[in-house]
Amino acid sequence: MTGAERLRAAFQPGRTALAPFFTAGYPDLWSFARFVLAASRTGADVVEVGLPFSDPLADGPSIQFASKTALDGGMSVAGAFSAVRRLGRATRVPLVLMGYANPILSFGVRRFAAECARADVAGVIVPDLPAEESGDLDEALADRGVASVPLLAPTSTAERIRLAAGRAKGFVYLLSTTGVTGVREALSPELPPFVARVRRVTRLPLAVGFGVSTPAHASALAGMADGIIVGSALVEIIRRAPSRDAAVRGVEARLRSLRRALDGRRRRRV
Amino acid sequence: MSGRNRWMSAALALALAIGVFAAFPAEAQEGKSRGRWEYRFVCLSSDGEARPGSLSWNSARAELDDDRRADGERPLWRRWLGTGGTRRSLRPFQAAGPVKSPRSAPGKFGPYGGRFVPETLIAPLDELTGAYEAARTDPAFLREFHHYLTSYAGRPTPITRCDRYAGACGGGVTLYVKREDLNHTGAHKINNCLGQVLLARRMGKMRIIAETGAGQHGVATATVCALFGLRCVVYMGEEDIGRQALNVYRMRLLGAEVVPVAGGTRTLKDATNEAIRDWVTNCRTTHYIIGSTVGPHPYPTMVRDFQSVIGVEARSQIRRETGRLPDAVVACVGGGSNAMGIFHAFRGDRRVALIGVEAEGEGIRSRRHCASLGRGRPGVLHGSFSYLLQDRDGQVTETHSIAFQGFARCEGIRPALEPSHALAYAKVWIRENARRRGRRPLLLVNLSGRGDKDVHTVSEALR
Ligand SMILES: Cc1ncc(COP(=O)(O)O)c(C=O)c1O
Repeated sequence: MTGAERLRAAFQPGRTALAPFFTAGYPDLWSFARFVLAASRTGADVVEVGLPFSDPLADGPSIQFASKTALDGGMSVAGAFSAVRRLGRATRVPLVLMGYANPILSFGVRRFAAECARADVAGVIVPDLPAEESGDLDEALADRGVASVPLLAPTSTAERIRLAAGRAKGFVYLLSTTGVTGVREALSPELPPFVARVRRVTRLPLAVGFGVSTPAHASALAGMADGIIVGSALVEIIRRAPSRDAAVRGVEARLRSLRRALDGRRRRRV
Repeated sequence: MSGRNRWMSAALALALAIGVFAAFPAEAQEGKSRGRWEYRFVCLSSDGEARPGSLSWNSARAELDDDRRADGERPLWRRWLGTGGTRRSLRPFQAAGPVKSPRSAPGKFGPYGGRFVPETLIAPLDELTGAYEAARTDPAFLREFHHYLTSYAGRPTPITRCDRYAGACGGGVTLYVKREDLNHTGAHKINNCLGQVLLARRMGKMRIIAETGAGQHGVATATVCALFGLRCVVYMGEEDIGRQALNVYRMRLLGAEVVPVAGGTRTLKDATNEAIRDWVTNCRTTHYIIGSTVGPHPYPTMVRDFQSVIGVEARSQIRRETGRLPDAVVACVGGGSNAMGIFHAFRGDRRVALIGVEAEGEGIRSRRHCASLGRGRPGVLHGSFSYLLQDRDGQVTETHSIAFQGFARCEGIRPALEPSHALAYAKVWIRENARRRGRRPLLLVNLSGRGDKDVHTVSEALR
C-alpha cells in the first residue's frame, strides 16, 4: 500500500481521526518512542513525528522548546530516521514526518524520500515549503510512494486551495487560525467557514491542527473535520510531568479524553 | 612607528581576518562569453595576505545579473531618483518592468530567493507584492518617497574624499566614501524604512513590526513609526539587547516596544524568526519591515530598490567630481542592503569591480565568524534560499563579528563596525592597486553608518 492509501484508510468514515504530534528526540529518544507506542495503543489513528530544527518559524514556544531540547540531546535527521524505522515496525499506525525545509534540503531531497520509504513513513509535511517551492520534494516523495501533505491557512485564497488539493495525497492539513503552533483557549470563529471552503474543492480528508488542545476543542471539531492534530498540548504535559513515566501516563490520559470527546458526537459534515 | 601606524596595526590584528568576495568582469579574464561576470572570493588574513577562496558565486551578484535582464540594462530607479538626488531631477516613471523576475518562480534570482514561508503568509506576501508593484510605478508614491528622503532623512548624502586615510594605507589611490552615516538615525537603514512605511500606509496597515540585530534597523523603524503615528514592535535577541543598550533606549524613547527574544542563539537570527511568527499571527493588520535584502519575495527586490538611491547618487557624484567611474566599489555585507544599494546603479558598468566584504570575526576557520557567503552553503532560512552558516545536519549556526576602525583619526569620521570591514578591505585594495600603470586608481567605499552604537564595543575591544 502506498502512503497515501494508508493515510486515507486511517480516516475512517464515521470516526474523527486523532493525530498526536511528538518531536523526535524530545525529551529523549527512548521516551519519544514510548510516547509513539503509547499513542498507537490509546486510539491514535496517525502519529506525526516532528524533525527538530534550529529555526522553527511556524512553531510557538512549546514546540520550539521541544525542538531545542531534542537538538541539544543530539537528535539529527539520520537519528530520527533510525528511530522511525524501528517504530514503523512496532506499530501499524501510519507515521507522518513534519520537518522544515532546510534540514531536508541539506539531507538531500531524493535521499530524504528514499529514507522515508525505507522507514515506512506514510506522509511528509513541510510547513515552510508552499506549493511554489515544493515541486522537487513532491516528485521525489511520489516516486517512493510517500504522500505529500500540504497545509492550508484561513488566509489561503480559492486558487491556493485548488493548488494544494491538487498536490495533496492522503489528507490536507488545515491550520485552525493564522499563527504558530501553541496551546490556545478557544478555536477561531473563522474555522467553520474555512473548512467549508476547502470541502467545496476537495474530497480528501481534512485534518485541523495548530492550537487544538482540549477535549472541548475535540468535540467542537468532531462535527466539522475528519481529523485533529494535537502537538503543543502534549509537549506541555510532558514538560510538566514529574517523571518520564508520569509523562507517558499523562499523554495517554489526554489522548483517551480527546478520543472520548471525538466519539461523543455523531459526525456531521459541514 | 608613528602613533597612527601603531594604532593601525593593532587594529588590523584586532580585525583578525576579513572574508571578501569580489566580482571581476569576465572580459578581464580574456575572451569568455561577453556580458557575463566571474565572481571570486578573496579571503584576507590578519597579516594582510589576500588569498583566493573556493567559492565562485554569491547571491548579491545573482540579483544584479537578474535585474539586468529584467530591466534590459535600463536602471529603473535612476530615472526618478535622478542624478545625485537633486530635486530637479525627479521625473515621473514611464514604463517599469514587473517585480517578477523573468527566469522562474516569483522573486527567484537564479536558484536563490523565492518564498519558503508558512502557507498563512502567502496571501499577505501576494498583497504586499501587488501593493509594491503598483507603488513603484505610481508617480505620487515616488514623489512622496523622494520628499521624505530629502526633507526628512537628509538626502542626498555627500561623497567625501579621504586622502589622509588613503595615505595611511600606502597612498597612490584616490579614495571616496559615500556618507550614509550622515542620514537621519545614522545609517542607510532609514531609506528602506521610509519606503516600506509609506507602502504600509497605502495598504492601511496600522501596526509595524521589525527585527533588529545591532539596533540600527530597529531605530530607523521606530523613527518612521513615530513620524507616521504607527504602533511599532521591534524584536531583538537578548544577547544583542545586552550589547546595544543605547539603541534599545533610543527605540523606547521613540515609543517603540522592544521585545526581547530568548529563543535559539538569542541574536538577530532568532529575532527574525520571532518577527515572522508575529507576522504569521497578525498579518491582516501588520506590516513587517524587513531590514535587509533577505526574506521571502518581494522583500529582497523591494529593499534593493529602496536602497538603490545610494548608488544612484554616488555614481553621479563621483562622476561629477572626478569625471569618471571608480575602478571598484566596496561595501560591507551583512544582509546585503547597503551593498545592493550602492552596487545596483553600477551593475551595467562592466569595468567597475563590485566587492562585498564579510566579517570573518575570529577567523574563517573558527566557528565564530559571520561569513555566510565565504563559508556558508546554500540553504533555507527566514523565508528564502540563500547562503547560510549551517552545520552538516542543516541546523543554522550563530554569526559573530568583531572589527575595528582606524578611520576616525585620519578623517574625523567614526564609522560603524560594519563599514569598518569595508574600510579595512580598502587598505588591501589600495596596496594591491596603488602601483598599477595608467591612471590613478579610484576607489569608492560605502560608509553605511556611523559608529555611535559601537563606541562601547570598540573601547572594550581596544582595552
Ligand atoms: C551601518 C550598518 N551597515 C551595514 C549593516 C549590515 O546590513 P546590510 O548588509 O543589510 O547593509 C548594518 C546592520 O545593522 C548597519 O547598521
